[in-house]
Amino acid sequence: MNHDYQRDISGCGLTGVISKKKRMIGGDVIVRSLCLMNDRGNGLGAGFAAYGIYPEFRDFYALHIMYDDESSQRTCEEYIRNEYHVEKAEDIPTRPVKTIAISPRVVRYFVKPLRERMEGGIGEDDFVVRTVMRINSEIEGAYIFSSGKNMGAFKGVGTPSEIAEFFRIEEYEGYIWTGHTRFPTNTPGWWGGAHPFTLLDWSIVHNGEISSYGINKRYLEMYGYKLTLLTDTEVAAYLLDLLIRRHGLDIPTACTVLASPFWKDVDYMDEEEKEAITLLRLTYGSALLNGPFAILFGHSKGLVGLNDRIKLRPLVAATKDDMVFIASEEAAIREICKEPDRVWAPRAGEPVIVALED
Amino acid sequence: MFKSLAPPEYLATIDTDKCIRCKRCIQNCGWSVYSWGGDRVLIDTAKCVKCLRCYHYCPVEAIQILDNPVRFRQNAYWSYHHIRNIKRQAETGGIPLTGMGSDQPYPVLFDHLLLDACQVTNPSIDPLREPMELRTYLGKKPSRVEIERGDDGKIRTTTEMPPQIKLEAPFMFSPMSFGSISLNAQKVLAMAAKECGIVMNTGEGGLHEDLLPYRDHIIVQVASGRFGVNPDYLNAGVAVEIKIGQGAKPGIGGHLPGEKIPLEVAKARMIPVGTDALSPAPQHDIYSIEDLRQLIYAIKEATNYKPVSVKIATVHNVAAIASGIVRAGADMVYLDGFRGGTGAAPTIIRDHLGIPIEHAVAAVDDRLRQEGIRNEASIIAAGGIRSSADVAKIIALGADAVAIGTAALITMGCTVCGKCYTGNCSWGITTQRPELTVRLDPEVYAERLINLIHAWSHELKEILGALGLNAIESLRGNRERLRGVGLDTQTLDILGVKPAGR
Repeated sequence: MNHDYQRDISGCGLTGVISKKKRMIGGDVIVRSLCLMNDRGNGLGAGFAAYGIYPEFRDFYALHIMYDDESSQRTCEEYIRNEYHVEKAEDIPTRPVKTIAISPRVVRYFVKPLRERMEGGIGEDDFVVRTVMRINSEIEGAYIFSSGKNMGAFKGVGTPSEIAEFFRIEEYEGYIWTGHTRFPTNTPGWWGGAHPFTLLDWSIVHNGEISSYGINKRYLEMYGYKLTLLTDTEVAAYLLDLLIRRHGLDIPTACTVLASPFWKDVDYMDEEEKEAITLLRLTYGSALLNGPFAILFGHSKGLVGLNDRIKLRPLVAATKDDMVFIASEEAAIREICKEPDRVWAPRAGEPVIVALED
Repeated sequence: MFKSLAPPEYLATIDTDKCIRCKRCIQNCGWSVYSWGGDRVLIDTAKCVKCLRCYHYCPVEAIQILDNPVRFRQNAYWSYHHIRNIKRQAETGGIPLTGMGSDQPYPVLFDHLLLDACQVTNPSIDPLREPMELRTYLGKKPSRVEIERGDDGKIRTTTEMPPQIKLEAPFMFSPMSFGSISLNAQKVLAMAAKECGIVMNTGEGGLHEDLLPYRDHIIVQVASGRFGVNPDYLNAGVAVEIKIGQGAKPGIGGHLPGEKIPLEVAKARMIPVGTDALSPAPQHDIYSIEDLRQLIYAIKEATNYKPVSVKIATVHNVAAIASGIVRAGADMVYLDGFRGGTGAAPTIIRDHLGIPIEHAVAAVDDRLRQEGIRNEASIIAAGGIRSSADVAKIIALGADAVAIGTAALITMGCTVCGKCYTGNCSWGITTQRPELTVRLDPEVYAERLINLIHAWSHELKEILGALGLNAIESLRGNRERLRGVGLDTQTLDILGVKPAGR
């Protein structure tokens, strides 16, 4: 276990929108909402995640990979072709942006694991997670920043408008969008460090500093996660993966673990609930996210917003017809939805859970 | 009379102008330093241990206890204590004994570790305004939980909760037996444990019936002498502890001299009055790890599966040993560092065997995580916890809770004079002499011990608040919030801690 790492911390603004009826929302909408919160970032990182953008490849894992150079691309592609059937590989469409001087190569692959490589009854999802961990920690200069189906993340070093322009975000249409602008407080410069952070179809954007990072990291390492990014967001993403996908908790219960109710409240719950919450706390105490945070996590079935247990970061939610908006500031919502039906500030530790309609 | 060639360590002096001849010093000294000479107090300074009982009870400040300025010629290699011990051994042929933890100047890692605090990028939390959680559960934890959601939207679990010890703060009192300490001292521990919502530990001395009202706050201990062990005893407390070793004397048994075995102690230990109580070095039914497993499960069977703790001294290979203990079925591993206290130990053993608790907790926590069994048992850290800062640091290194012994005794008047093995404790703590034990009023001193636990709890909350945390489990094993100062690379690596500035 490596302890001699330099952690990457930052402040942020975030926004998200979902259409429960899966109506397509253009990328320009999320860009407008995010750009309103320019002062919450410092131009050193921005990104977007979108769901429903690759309907023609909905059955393939969409790997978005950034490369530092040609040799890392060669090594990585050799590895992928060895393990996966590659339906399609192409450069992610970008356009030159004057203010972005240096950018990595960004390539996407629509893939399926090769049956014969999946030894020991490993599931497809676990196989892909293993690939992500291996490439990100072992292939120098290659970094998978998106690995879900029918979804994708786009991120880099720049302001929200620069990154949106670079990745031609306005050309995509999806039914869930999240966006993030970043205010890193230490040496910036790496595109992989921007949000969203993703694993399979999970995507996380996050504002805050996880004061419990050290133990969250060590807890995740017990389960084989390799924390290569050294950001708080990475911890949140892997914890959700562990709790929901691997341990089978439902989303509200996973939120209870990440932002546990206080003992003073648990003590007055009825017996059955108290027993369950206590057992969760005892079992997952090391997964408690302590410290200020507001996170949005998107997944193939919906969008969730969550605050820390004493609400040390802002989070506002609003609804309009089948649309739900969650953002750091109400203004970012009103920018794209002039007259919401309802606007509220979710209470500390109480998740806003939005599910797509079947 | 033979005059020892080892000069007295302390000079007890009385200012005869100030002295009002009240004789309180004569009455209070358990070591018979003072006697009445007709018109003034006579002093036999060779007997003085500098426990300061006389000083404290002198109404006119006439008494001073000085370090004897007469020392052997100064020598950086042949220290005063080396020469003195050789002279004493030459005179007696015996093993010099001592009490309390090692006082030798080995590096103290606690004093080379600093805690983090929040500034700007994350807010600190004010414990006077916000909830701050210290509650700690000790025992085996499941690795995952099965949750069902009822029609009412409320959750319930089908996973069984293994037996737990609930502590309102991450403290417990170290095992100190009735015999090594007085019944009144044990009562202080029991009363304070109850009031603070924590636990005390009987040590290997059986359970006196006066402690039964506190049974929900007592861990009973089974050690190599098996003193006082019977089915009722095993079931009397909230958990059972198997003592393999003690930090102050790893690999060494115990010897409570017959002078400290009056009727009450004899009854609790189930041995005859006045006989020496000998605890063998090993447990004679544990010669390897599989034997330990059998004893753990025998005790679980006998107690309807109460949690079982296994206490070991931290020796070089502590990580592998702890891993074996957890795999043998223990619910808690109690690690006693080499600074840990004792009622009696050979000085040579106390000062030269074992490793510090800081290294041990770091190594054990790492090992259990590497093996994926950290949830199988709680880690209790003991052996020289001096302040709430030590508590915070050892928890950050990976302990679930700490056990405190010496600090608890200090609240009862102890000055860490280190003469517990004599049975003359003037403060009524490590003695069975009725005229001395009667001095320790349990109600009065329990109040002081409660104050200490409350004070440390408040301090821990302040530390957590400064760290921007509001639950103790977010500090546990969170070595990211520690930095080392003046530690070499390898030590930092063992501790899993970055140097300050990184």
